[in-house]
Amino acid sequence: MSGHVTEIVVFSVLFLLVSGMGFVAARWRAPRDMAHLDEWGLGGRSFGGWITWFLVGGDLYTAYTFVAVPALIFGAGAAGFFAVPYTVVIYPLFFLILIRLWSVSHRHGFVTPADFVRTRYDSPTLALLIAVTGIVATMPYIALQLVGIEAVLKTMGVTGDSAIARHLPIIIAFAILAAYTYQSGLRAPALIAFVKDTLIYLVIIVAVLYLPYKLGGWGAIFEAADKKFQASPAPGDGIILNANNQVQYFTLALGSALALFLYPHSITGVLASRNRDVIKRNMSALPAYSFLLGLIALLGYMAIAAGVKPLPGAKAGSVDSNTVVPLLFDLHFPAWLAGVAFAAIGIGALVPAAIMSIAAANLFTRNIYKEYLKRDASPAQEANVAKITSLVVKIGAVAFIVFLDPQFSIDLQLIGGVIILQTAPSVILGLYTRWLHRGALIAGWAGGMILAFWMLWQIPNAATGREHFGGSAFSLAEFGLDTPKTIYVGFVAVLANLVVAVLVTFLLRALRTPEGADGTTPDDYFADEGDPRIGRETSTTVGTVSST
Amino acid sequence: MAEPQSPPPRTDSSPWNWLLLVPIVVPLLTFLFNHDQPRLAGFPLFYWLQFAFILLGVGTTTLVYRMTTKRSRP
Repeated sequence: MSGHVTEIVVFSVLFLLVSGMGFVAARWRAPRDMAHLDEWGLGGRSFGGWITWFLVGGDLYTAYTFVAVPALIFGAGAAGFFAVPYTVVIYPLFFLILIRLWSVSHRHGFVTPADFVRTRYDSPTLALLIAVTGIVATMPYIALQLVGIEAVLKTMGVTGDSAIARHLPIIIAFAILAAYTYQSGLRAPALIAFVKDTLIYLVIIVAVLYLPYKLGGWGAIFEAADKKFQASPAPGDGIILNANNQVQYFTLALGSALALFLYPHSITGVLASRNRDVIKRNMSALPAYSFLLGLIALLGYMAIAAGVKPLPGAKAGSVDSNTVVPLLFDLHFPAWLAGVAFAAIGIGALVPAAIMSIAAANLFTRNIYKEYLKRDASPAQEANVAKITSLVVKIGAVAFIVFLDPQFSIDLQLIGGVIILQTAPSVILGLYTRWLHRGALIAGWAGGMILAFWMLWQIPNAATGREHFGGSAFSLAEFGLDTPKTIYVGFVAVLANLVVAVLVTFLLRALRTPEGADGTTPDDYFADEGDPRIGRETSTTVGTVSST
Repeated sequence: MAEPQSPPPRTDSSPWNWLLLVPIVVPLLTFLFNHDQPRLAGFPLFYWLQFAFILLGVGTTTLVYRMTTKRSRP
């Protein structure tokens, strides 16, 4: 620990600075009345281009991404680079599809995707499924942000003997985070994102200029990586893909893009922007982060070239590959710069963790509390319930990490990505057409879920010696096909989901099952800033909306 | 139905939107970029071409944004 004093001091100073900002954020662009979910949970729906860029960028590119993607590249090579096509494909999709969700939410005052589904399909049950799926998928994602902070702390030598002592720093960090999120809501991560991203851009620009110079150039870095993968017995690694993992590569990229799109926290970030124009312009500007992510991914190869050996993991004999990038900084950067880099990762965990907890809290408040527990809740009561829920969610995330093997959170996040995809037919297709029957969407969701869990159960992981939930690459041979190729589980499951939804729609139509009333009009999907809001009573009460 | 607030029904459909399919489809075609050679500044093609796709995405969304906002926003 003594060799890391400078790093720890720089890290702590920056961390405290940011915490101060989190509390001050409540007064930033202060509303007349904070006791409203639009204010606490969506920052007043008022963010302009720059704030949205930092907020959504800080939200989608999490600390875990920054630590885990290079770790994947370090371990498996090219297959880990899927993060780049994934974050290219997502923006045109946002541009075309999510913009409609913004408009209809603006018009009706929706705070969550489940709010939209509720009004569109007139089905509280379907909305409940969407909300629960969102909360379940988000929880492990929040826990994983802690894994990012822990990788940094471990590298700085901040460890302890007992589980509590080892985790004390992150418990304190999350307590501070919980306190300012409670007070400032979405304004806190929006303000902090400025600092976090400035630090990250700074560190990465230095890293990609300075490290290749020290390691003998990019050619030498790729040579070192190639040599490592040639020597390893694993069949799937290499600096380019092989014949068997290309289908996995593109289905994972596309599936992850659609999943990210549906995660409650990305939708929260987008709904907080001021108008359609802000979102559209951001879709051209956000890929700057994808560029950054690509460079960060390549830090994994630099770690190979620099001969980094990952620190031991939680269990004896295992290694924690998430420590490779922090170790690379520790070995090759001056101590103060390494401290800045570690602070960037640490603060980088706080922004998405705050937004995710707010998103989960919004879902609980709007689609469970207000729908089932207290139908006449006032806006102030809603805001209050959301604030308390955000605390509970964060305590839950810390408990996950302290009391369970971190591997459990990683597995759950993998499952989370697959299950959130099962909301695609209701949310994405729902923005375009109401052709699918609400009952059929529920059946499709259930079918997709069952298939997804069965497939994930079948996947072993040779590296960790586990028989189930070992990854998301499903071997097509399991379907009886004579091929060694693999495919992304979420992709198959969502296709099955759609097929079931279509078939059951025909069935329910034939049986003349009631379809419910659509609470939206075609014009709502193009509404923009300045268009009048339809009253909440009109949008949530069945019967006042004339049938179309 | 209630009386319409803005007489012509609004829409954001435009032929330009189809162009957005390019940055959705191209980065997923692994056969385009799954090669080592030719290298660029030491980077295998696999890496530099996928970095170039980011620029393709930026270029396309910028173009579509420009072409679709001119008409609807004088």
